Amino acid sequence: MAYEFTEEDLQEIEKIKAKYPEVKAATLPVLWVAQNRFGHVEPDVQKLVADTLGLPQAHVHGVASFYTQYYKEKKGEHVLDVCTCLSCQLCGGYDILEHLENKLGIKAGETTEDGKFSIQEVECLGACGYAPMLQVTNDQYVNNLTPEKVDDLIETLKAGKEPEYDQIGMPLRKVK
Amino acid sequence: MSSADWKNYERVLIPDIDGLEKIDVYEENGGYSAFKEVLTDKKKWEGPKSVVDEVKAANIRGRGGAGFNAGLKWSFMPPSDGGPRYLACNGDESEPGTFKDRKIFEYNPHLFIEGALIAAYAMEVTAIYVYIRGEYKVYIDMMEKAVQDAYDKGFIGENIMGSDYSVDFYVHSGAGAYICGEETSMLESLEGKRGYPRVKPPFPAQKGLWGRPTTINNIETLAHVPNVINRGADWFSSIGAENHPGPILYGISGHVNRPGVYELPTGIPVLTLINEVAGGMRNGKELKAVIPGGSSTPIVRADQLDGITMDSDSLREVGTMLGTAGMVVMDEDTDMVDMLWRISHFYHHESCGQCTPCRDGTGWLEKILLRIKNGDGEIKDLDLLLDITTQMEGRTICALADAAAWPVRHTITRFRDEFEARCKKSVHAIA
Ligand SMILES: Cc1cc2nc3c(=O)[nH]c(=O)nc-3n(C[C@H](O)[C@H](O)[C@H](O)COP(=O)(O)O)c2cc1C
Ligand code: SF4
Ligand code: FES
Repeated sequence: MAYEFTEEDLQEIEKIKAKYPEVKAATLPVLWVAQNRFGHVEPDVQKLVADTLGLPQAHVHGVASFYTQYYKEKKGEHVLDVCTCLSCQLCGGYDILEHLENKLGIKAGETTEDGKFSIQEVECLGACGYAPMLQVTNDQYVNNLTPEKVDDLIETLKAGKEPEYDQIGMPLRKVK
Repeated sequence: MSSADWKNYERVLIPDIDGLEKIDVYEENGGYSAFKEVLTDKKKWEGPKSVVDEVKAANIRGRGGAGFNAGLKWSFMPPSDGGPRYLACNGDESEPGTFKDRKIFEYNPHLFIEGALIAAYAMEVTAIYVYIRGEYKVYIDMMEKAVQDAYDKGFIGENIMGSDYSVDFYVHSGAGAYICGEETSMLESLEGKRGYPRVKPPFPAQKGLWGRPTTINNIETLAHVPNVINRGADWFSSIGAENHPGPILYGISGHVNRPGVYELPTGIPVLTLINEVAGGMRNGKELKAVIPGGSSTPIVRADQLDGITMDSDSLREVGTMLGTAGMVVMDEDTDMVDMLWRISHFYHHESCGQCTPCRDGTGWLEKILLRIKNGDGEIKDLDLLLDITTQMEGRTICALADAAAWPVRHTITRFRDEFEARCKKSVHAIA
């Protein structure tokens, strides 16, 4: 399939290039532009990024494959990244992962048949105090998970709604 | 302010002001006045070097993990030759147990921006990059807006506030790689490459981004700078522990009642942090062990913690470090074998693979620990693990190999009986 950036994307890419003295530095941000547009950075998308920036495809491929957040293959519409790292493990992260796997009938690393959901097991996401937690498709964090909260989340996403951004107040914050 | 008086501590990094993330509110509360003063009050600040000296005297020990005096680090930048010079701000925040810099992005982004601008002026930097881990999408968007607001107000750009100083400020998103928190890996990643740490020397101050002089600082480190300028080095160094002073963001996670980020002086007793600040152990359980400052800092048993405080001198007495001050608390039910296997899995997953002792060593650690976890280990595996850790340490390009080795060494040494109990094979009867 031939992928193309929109006019808007190309304008954004020009802005990105202006931030750095060398065009190569635009590789990561332009891979992000591509993934946001196409939902993944499969080899054909990598080629588009390489051609747009005038860089070798091997370079773009090398970068895309080094970083875990770039989807080198198609994923489900919603990618659920469940943290099982240290603090999440201590607070039941593996139970949450298991619950989610049972609920969706797939294992971590897989995508549901209808293409709606993928599950991935991930390393610490910097939300250790709000463990266990998961991230939805490289965007919102859903914290302090319980099986019920996971069920609610799945319903929310199935209904085509966004999970709410939950702001966590600084502890001991005085109420005025 | 002594750490004993922590209940009366007034927050300065994330003070109790609603809407402080907005630039107008930040300015109403004295924001950007420190930057303005160093740029324009030539009587008080005779130039960049006077700012470096003040920050050096404050002894802000780097909050990214290594604890190096920030002002001293700045003084390593060579004299300007008129070409580009960079400040790279480290917001990669990926060490398990660490979740504090995001609070600055969210609640007080302009304090960090102002601190970075003062640092940039002090080192005659021409462009600032802030590298934020890609998973922090929400905070990246917030920072993009905050930086734009500061441009619009004239705090960033050409001839700032009528001075002859100009600087640019860019937000750069990572894309999922713990290793990019290592400072030279971060530079590679900023240059658009795979995040392979660089061999040192040359150090970044000599050859950093695009071969030009560069300094790397953690987000919280830089956020301390405006307060040091406004209140003086003496104010900063009189807070908390003598050799590791200042306010600090503690991140507390694990089996406590009130996990979260707390801003307090350094040098608070570990047990006070757990029992009073974080509301004590969950479900009335007993404390078993603490990892004081991110997953690489050696674990400490509960019975070693009496009188130990959160600063490098005190933590050294029990063979550990302050690290990122991201404390992980474990209760009596914690399975040390499972816990250590999970840490080793993390470091194996995140090793960039450039150095053999790290690539193979982290793989072996994980594999042997998995064997023990599954009940297939032998007692001699424990000595094998310790042996591997010695072969990994100090022989690699970056400190990830050390960070992977320390938890294994210390957890096995300090909880040896638990590991031996899981090594079933060695106690089978012969006949
Ligand atoms: C494997 C590894 C990962 C690191 N990750 C981070 C990080 O996420 N954030 C950070 O500020 N420093 C991290 N560091 C430390 C940085 O290399 C560097 O020392 C620090 O950013 C310097 O800032 P400071 O002096 O203000 O602390 C890491 C170091 C290593 C070896
Ligand atoms: S020590 Fe490990 S992470 Fe660091 S450069 Fe070597 S292989 Fe890469
Ligand atoms: S361990 Fe899960 S967010 Fe840090």
